[in-house]
Amino acid sequence: MAQAVVPAHSSGLAHAEPGHDTNTGVSNPKLAIWLFLSSEALFFGAFITTYFLYRGRDTQFLKGPKPEQLLNIPFTSVTSFILLMSSLTMVLALAAIQRGDERQLRIWLLATALFGLTFISGQVYEFTEFYRHGLTLSVNMFGTTFFVLTGLHGAHVTMGIVWLLMLWGRSAQGRLPQAKSEAVEIAGLYWHFVDVVWIFIFTAIYLIPQH
Amino acid sequence: MTTVEDAHALVEAPSRGPRLLERPRATTGPWSWVTTVDHKKIAIMYGSLATVFLLVGGIEALFIRLQLARPNGTVLTAARYNEFFTMHGTTMVFLMGMPIAAAFGNYLVPLMVGARDVAFPRLNMLGFWIFAFGGLFLYSSFALGGAPDGGWFGYAPLTSTPLAAGYLPGRGADFWAVGIIMLGIGSVATAVNFLVTIINMRAPGMTMMRLPVFVWMMLVVAFLTLFAMPPVTAAMIMIFMDRNFHTNFFNAAAGGDPLVYQNLFWIFGHPEVYILILPGMGIVSEILPVFSRKPLFGYAIVVMSGIAIGFLGWVVWAHHMFASGIGPVAVSAFGLSTMLIAVPTGVKIFNWLGTVWGGAVRLATPMLFALGFIAQFTLGGLSGVMHAIVPSDTQQTDTYFVVAHFHYVLFGGLMFAVFGGFYYWWPKFFGYALSERLGKLNFWLMVIGFNLTFFPMHFLGFEGQPRRTYTYPKGMGWDGLNLLSTIGAFLIAASVLVYLVNIFYSAKREGRQPVSADPWDARTLEWMTSSPPPEYNFPEVPIVTHRDELWHRKYTEDDEGRLVKLPAGGAVEVADRKDIEPGSIHMPSPSYWPLIFAVALPIIGYGFVFKNWWLLALGVVIGFFGLSGWAIEPSTEPDMHPHAEGAH
Repeated sequence: MAQAVVPAHSSGLAHAEPGHDTNTGVSNPKLAIWLFLSSEALFFGAFITTYFLYRGRDTQFLKGPKPEQLLNIPFTSVTSFILLMSSLTMVLALAAIQRGDERQLRIWLLATALFGLTFISGQVYEFTEFYRHGLTLSVNMFGTTFFVLTGLHGAHVTMGIVWLLMLWGRSAQGRLPQAKSEAVEIAGLYWHFVDVVWIFIFTAIYLIPQH
Repeated sequence: MTTVEDAHALVEAPSRGPRLLERPRATTGPWSWVTTVDHKKIAIMYGSLATVFLLVGGIEALFIRLQLARPNGTVLTAARYNEFFTMHGTTMVFLMGMPIAAAFGNYLVPLMVGARDVAFPRLNMLGFWIFAFGGLFLYSSFALGGAPDGGWFGYAPLTSTPLAAGYLPGRGADFWAVGIIMLGIGSVATAVNFLVTIINMRAPGMTMMRLPVFVWMMLVVAFLTLFAMPPVTAAMIMIFMDRNFHTNFFNAAAGGDPLVYQNLFWIFGHPEVYILILPGMGIVSEILPVFSRKPLFGYAIVVMSGIAIGFLGWVVWAHHMFASGIGPVAVSAFGLSTMLIAVPTGVKIFNWLGTVWGGAVRLATPMLFALGFIAQFTLGGLSGVMHAIVPSDTQQTDTYFVVAHFHYVLFGGLMFAVFGGFYYWWPKFFGYALSERLGKLNFWLMVIGFNLTFFPMHFLGFEGQPRRTYTYPKGMGWDGLNLLSTIGAFLIAASVLVYLVNIFYSAKREGRQPVSADPWDARTLEWMTSSPPPEYNFPEVPIVTHRDELWHRKYTEDDEGRLVKLPAGGAVEVADRKDIEPGSIHMPSPSYWPLIFAVALPIIGYGFVFKNWWLLALGVVIGFFGLSGWAIEPSTEPDMHPHAEGAH
């Protein structure tokens, strides 16, 4: 019968059960998200590199506020800490669904999204503060690179929050059973990636002395 | 059998909740194409649309050649000329070259690795529709405030200076930046799909070193795409921000640096060259063994050379910038690395020659194109090495010599491979062969036309004719060669016309026979299934024991090493078997969602270009709707068997 060989390969399509029938043993969606994140790494790499190339390069123009007058390191350290803690809650969410505890899954998903939201609120506050002190996109190179780099990161966090809330909604409808824990794992990989990128951005902008 | 059903029940059952939209059910007619997730149909759509863009980009080139045929040409205004050469380059790279490779890759990669589809059929569909809408978006600029006119690599600060400054009037640069970001998203989606398919979905026994070379090259191309698109996306975002929100990324007056743009662009731009040419190398590596009746000479070396090109492609980008003052150390280093990359390329050329050497060569049309590829690509490669010699390069920069060089690589190389691929796989794609007589006419017209067009450009370059200049005065000594070049361009147009005629003539030809599964006596898995293949590709997934699996199922060697045909039916299976119960093989079901998500992108794009935030918000809402529908829709509908009604 033709069907005799079907299980091994027709189910190698996207809906395959995790890892069972692929050449590498890694499931297709998980391999895909790793590849996508490697691409994203170069995207942020381009902006972080550009930030370093332009750092302190426009001193002769002396326009607008300087970074050291603006950066509130204690404040951003706190919001960064909250973002990093959201990686912990993400791990707890994955652990919950892997042992089949859907209630705990929803709690930790919501906690992760909430931590992410706190970070974004902090960023919105920071952007408004800086703007009030005269830092705009065009006033100097710090304005240009800072807003675009952290803004793009913030957009990624925001997309992550939407993703988490969609998972939460699916779970609340009872459509995210233990068997589909990989959906949470993949969202988690994205979320951790965005957090790790923030470690690099935070170090680059806030921790390395400007001069 | 029960295990399949159980597995599906287990995986799918929880998803059968409320739906936002009913599942599309058309199996024939245009709607079945619009909603298809079948890799073969998607490939045909890629190929058709890329051919349309080939014609559009070709017509732009003809206008350019008409304008330059005589001194003081008046066919085009300077502004229109700028639009045409910008869109010619952008079209041929992003809307023809990359999609045509996606067409071959989509059709052949699953068949060649022995899979039933790609890893993510709906993502595949998304990739196509982003390409389609991205292309329309770029071309809509002609009607909506001016087409891109800053060259296909759109150097800053020309493209990045705010509209109000009047460097580039019109919205062209905005359309260009947003369009390339959009096409980049589609390319990355397609690349991820190819990678997962090749890495994860090979048939049993199909080890990496048994993969056809074309699949290997698509693997390298997918990695290159994955890593080359992000830097150019970043560069496009910066261009757009500079132009519309007055950031200073490339504004030297405020501390920005246009060279940063050049670096970001060419970190993408040079790997892009290999993204375009490697699929061509893969196609040729499939054609030559079949028409020489010999295995590819030095398979492992060809594969390793392809990988080496993939790596070295990342360390040569600054050879596009030798004239921009990057300093002697950088110039020397990039000059050396550029010479180095000629080595794996040269190795491949010798491998191809070694394949043909001593073979029982059949000079059918695909073989002619493949041989044309080798000759012309070698010429393009040689003029490329000349650019590695820095003093020589600074003389040639921005002259017609450069135009000659990259057309020898991309037209003499890639396009000849693509046409060879069309003639070779046409019976597999459509179930009928293209006429050999018209095919040979197509080939010879194209060889003569191509060399007539581009060979004189070497001399024009040496004589100092700059590229991208819309006219030239009398008495520069360029008149004769330019006229010759224009005549050649129209011969190329004639050859493409012959190709189009061939498609329709051969389809309607009196008494044409349906082609067999394996009309060329070929070597790889795609020829083991019927022409065209059924939706599920293979009734039984093949078990692979050799490189060139099909060949080994047909032939063996006697004691003296001569080929001996195995007894008839030697395990060549054909797919149109009657014992396959309709619906017994579950295939992914068609979908609306990728289409809906793809529609959102140009809407968001127009929102950005015209700074219409309502349009932007509308696009975001549609995109979100598409993604959420996609997320809750299972890939395969358990109670649906579209192929049962005969999608083919």
